[in-house]
Amino acid sequence: MTDKERFVPDEGMAPASTSVPGAGALEELHNPPRSQWLDVWDQFKSHRGALMGGALFLFIILAVYAGPLVWDIDATKIDIRARNQGPSWAHPFGTDQLGRDMLARMMAGGATSVSVGLTAMLLALVLGSFIGVMAGFFKKLDGPLMRLTDLFLALPLLPLLLVMMLLFREPLNAAFGPEQGIFILIVASIGVTSWMPTARIVRGDVLALKEREFVMAARSIGTTNRKLITRHILPNVLSPIMVSATLGIATAIITESSLSFLGLGFPPDFPTWGRLLFDATDYLQQYPERVFWPGMAISLTVLSVNYLGDGLRDALDPRIRGR
Amino acid sequence: MKFKSLLMGAVAAATLAPAAFAERGSDGQVNIIYWQAPSIMNPFLSGGTKDVEAASLVIEPLARYDSKGNMVPFLASEIPTVENGGVSEDLKSITWKIAPGIKWSDGSDFTAHDVVFTAEYCMHPEGGCAQVTKYEGVTNVEALDDLTVKVTFAEPTPFPYGPFVGGESPIIQKAQFENCLGAKAPECTEANFAPIGTGPFVVDEFKPNDVITLSANDNYRDPNKPAFAKVLFKGGGDATAAGRAVMETGEFDYAWNLQLAPEVIAQMEAGGKGKPVAGFGPLVERIMLNNTNPDPALGPDERSVIRPHPFLGDPAVYKAMSMAIDRPLLVEIGYGKAGKVGCNWVPAPEAFASDTFDCSTQDIEGAKAMLEEAGYKDTNGDGVRETPDGKPMKILYQTSTNAVRQDFQALIKEWWSQIGIETELRNINSSVFFGGDPGSPDTFQKFYADVEMYANTFNGTDPQSYLGNGLCDKAPTPATQWQGENISRFCDEEYDKLHAELTKTAGLEARAEIAKRLNDIIIEKGGMIPLVHRGRLSAHSNTLGGVDLNVWDSELWNVADWYRIK
Amino acid sequence: MLTFTIRRLFLAVPTLLFISLVIFLLLELAPGDPMAQVPLTVPPEVKEKMREALGLGQPMHIRFWKWLVQFFWIEPQVLIDHYLGTSFSAGDLRVISWQTRSPVMDIVIQRMPQTLWVVGTAYIVAILIALPIGIYSAYRQYSWFDQLGTFVSMVGFSVPPFFSGVLVIVIFSVQLGWFPSIYDTTHVVDSWDAFVYQLKQMIMPVMVLALQITAQLSRFMRASMLDNLNQDYVRTARAKGLSEYVVVMVHVLRNSMIPVVTVIALGIPSIFGGAIITEQVFKVNGIGQLLIGAIQANDLPMVQTLTFIFAVLIVLFNLIADVLYGILDPRIRYD
Repeated sequence: MTDKERFVPDEGMAPASTSVPGAGALEELHNPPRSQWLDVWDQFKSHRGALMGGALFLFIILAVYAGPLVWDIDATKIDIRARNQGPSWAHPFGTDQLGRDMLARMMAGGATSVSVGLTAMLLALVLGSFIGVMAGFFKKLDGPLMRLTDLFLALPLLPLLLVMMLLFREPLNAAFGPEQGIFILIVASIGVTSWMPTARIVRGDVLALKEREFVMAARSIGTTNRKLITRHILPNVLSPIMVSATLGIATAIITESSLSFLGLGFPPDFPTWGRLLFDATDYLQQYPERVFWPGMAISLTVLSVNYLGDGLRDALDPRIRGR
Repeated sequence: MKFKSLLMGAVAAATLAPAAFAERGSDGQVNIIYWQAPSIMNPFLSGGTKDVEAASLVIEPLARYDSKGNMVPFLASEIPTVENGGVSEDLKSITWKIAPGIKWSDGSDFTAHDVVFTAEYCMHPEGGCAQVTKYEGVTNVEALDDLTVKVTFAEPTPFPYGPFVGGESPIIQKAQFENCLGAKAPECTEANFAPIGTGPFVVDEFKPNDVITLSANDNYRDPNKPAFAKVLFKGGGDATAAGRAVMETGEFDYAWNLQLAPEVIAQMEAGGKGKPVAGFGPLVERIMLNNTNPDPALGPDERSVIRPHPFLGDPAVYKAMSMAIDRPLLVEIGYGKAGKVGCNWVPAPEAFASDTFDCSTQDIEGAKAMLEEAGYKDTNGDGVRETPDGKPMKILYQTSTNAVRQDFQALIKEWWSQIGIETELRNINSSVFFGGDPGSPDTFQKFYADVEMYANTFNGTDPQSYLGNGLCDKAPTPATQWQGENISRFCDEEYDKLHAELTKTAGLEARAEIAKRLNDIIIEKGGMIPLVHRGRLSAHSNTLGGVDLNVWDSELWNVADWYRIK
Repeated sequence: MLTFTIRRLFLAVPTLLFISLVIFLLLELAPGDPMAQVPLTVPPEVKEKMREALGLGQPMHIRFWKWLVQFFWIEPQVLIDHYLGTSFSAGDLRVISWQTRSPVMDIVIQRMPQTLWVVGTAYIVAILIALPIGIYSAYRQYSWFDQLGTFVSMVGFSVPPFFSGVLVIVIFSVQLGWFPSIYDTTHVVDSWDAFVYQLKQMIMPVMVLALQITAQLSRFMRASMLDNLNQDYVRTARAKGLSEYVVVMVHVLRNSMIPVVTVIALGIPSIFGGAIITEQVFKVNGIGQLLIGAIQANDLPMVQTLTFIFAVLIVLFNLIADVLYGILDPRIRYD
């Protein structure tokens, strides 16, 4: 390894080390923060994809949380005479095999899926970024934290979830009630089992970043580690974090569905998008619309978050913002 | 109607079968798919249905049950009975005569010593034999000569056909398994994966939990059978994919146990490459009623141990709950052709099926009136009734994770809410629910819920030991590590007495009479609410002939008679 | 870098031992019972006997010690015996699966080919597709190509394989009849026709898997390229008069590879781990199916061995990734 390293052509690095890559970051440092966030907003506004993504995301949130106020059919109401119906005025999305209204189920399922997806993703992201930054930035922590990451990557998911259910279900149920309890448990179990890739990716970037000149410069003027991380390191690892976030939402929604499928998730009369999609897969040929609704809802949510993330990333990047 | 004619067609085809093929191995390869993959070919070490059925291609018992539940001799020359002198007058021994001229697939002779060895193998105390109940009460198995085996029981045994009868109790070769007794059993991997048998096929390659390839047994007793030269036995996946592979794409010839929604089956059948067949054994989907108190506030030694349940023990309550259920609808939604309305614990064989109850009509109003009359009234107007001493009628209803069961839960919750009983649903991963881990609160034995739903059945045609699941002392308790088959903790003196009588009674009719009364007692006195009498639904391709679906034995019991329709 | 690698390799031993202990304790703690799949008609006393025959009656530390000895001492001997024809391991008890009562390692080796064929191919295909897409999408950010790539990859990623697998089966096997819906693991590639059949039966699982991996990889590639394309060194390189190709493919790409290398390194152990759902849907019956089946049947020796093998691969490939960081960016120092 050592020999090879010497022959590595370093032209890719050379410009980076001779120029001032941290110029943007340094500039930022001298500007008052208020105007920085205004800049960010200005840039964000001008990003068409981000605006559309944001609007779509707001619409989804509104539909799943406020929708039930308008469309007030109970998602668990069984009307056995009206089962397996196609779209009609009474049931715009049709009904399922027990005659439950699909639109109501989509809204109820969305409320669960979106909250699980967002919270679990945020938990995994915060945990992963924190561990990644710590490991990348502090040499002492790197070994232990990365071995911990290896450990979590190696643990078999299903037994881990079973153990978590066994240990925490009853106490959480007692403390928060059955629905809140299971929600916390599911979010925690998805979060705890999906932070590792983010941590590894963030650490890799931080390892490279902290050797850059702008970090050294900031350090040499006596910036504290805390400031160094929040002002200089974090903004520069934002784009992999954003990608992790968008992919994380999809993973969380789908993982939730496999949890319910395994009997580890929400009670069976509690619809979620993932579960609706899973249940409908068997009826793919007879009632294709039943797979279409939840499948599309998940994809749209992920897409909207993706564009939002793109916009946010561009807006937060001072080099692009200036253009 | 259409289904009936299908069945008739299959039967007709089966009887015509012998004429349809000429010689062994002339019909090429047959592809069988089981969505649960076999792990081992030795049913004594596994007990899983998938393994028992895969093994039945290779190893055989002395006698099997046919598709109507009658015993037919396989390796024996006839079924021993009291009349023909095979069973002793005092019911303490049975003597089997082996058909002469049978050879193992390696060419050696099949003798009574192999039968004796099989008993020794399974009854070995360290072997952990899964089928040891077949040998319950057996004190001695001896070879009187090369073709005669005598089994002696400790007590008079009115039904002595446990050992060596049916797919769960086949004969293994002494020469092959001689060094595999007891604790050494798992070390004989080669023998466990490719046992030498007397059946129509021999194992070429066994890939555990994946695929088995077999070819015709050169030493099979009927020189013209089997018609197929090769068998490809694939395992894994899910029931939907298995059904699709037989009925829609035609890649496979036979798919086992398709627990799918009736509409999905119908859609697949429209694929035109194959058709479903159904048969009914004693499998019943039921709701067990907890006769003890599952209150979480009770300590671990009292929860689901102390009697009674706050209100489920009242006949008015459980009868009303049963009346509120629309069973024909459950059948239609969940099982279609593979289900019938179930009012009994023992729905088959016919001789043992009670006809006391009729439960096929839903009666919500009647159920409401019954509760009202018994003093269960909704005093605070929240839609949920309260017991006479003021407790709201809220119950926890648990079952294993399975699409049909979750639909049933949703429907039944709805009906019970109409009569004023509030239901909380829970579904549990089936490997936890049916696993006996005493450390888990979610096992069906622990029953930390008010009602729970699952299906159970019995092997063979005699329900004596199955009816024993209602005895007081079989209730799971902390003292027994929560092991025990009396899941509902049903306890009734009359029942226990009557069951003791059954164990001493011989003669089919007398036994059937008692069994029916036992069935009626447990339902009348609140042990369970039967829902659906479930059948087995499998599918075979249109070009596969000779299939005769058998629910009393292995589905592959007559695979030697299968042939290709040309 | 060499000393770092050696030090890390030595450190890996206690790490892996600790991981194996944690896995063991986790499996012990998890509720479940190897007898759960035995029919209810088998009475509890018999099940208890069967559990004892599996060795479940022994105390925990003895079982863990037994597994350690079997895995680290006896299995390597078996391997040596296999290659050299010696008989060191004769009479020793190997790691035995509870489901099949046969040596776990034999089954693992039996399953390897189909897993590597399907999951390995999917990974290679995905890397070959994802990197160019990621690079070009970033280079022409917000062009129609980028928009299309974003759309397809996000939709692809948000559609779970339990659905996309069934969808392609219904389209290509049921409706069109082009490909078999069930993977034939007994198929031997010995002629051109056999090879064509192998391709046919691989194409659907590979498609489904590659879609997921491509989506993920191309997103990271694109994001990372975007970060670097606007750096000052790129401007400098262009100002130096370097060709656009050299600027993008040499300077920018190399600096953008760190997150991508991480993702690929995280993914390679999962090649060996198989793809649980995809294998299940197409009946590939590889390692993934073996693991999930073992977990469902509570076959603890099998689960323990498989997860431990993954742990070894994870530790190894994360180490390789760390070394690669140093090569990609020589400023990264571990010593």
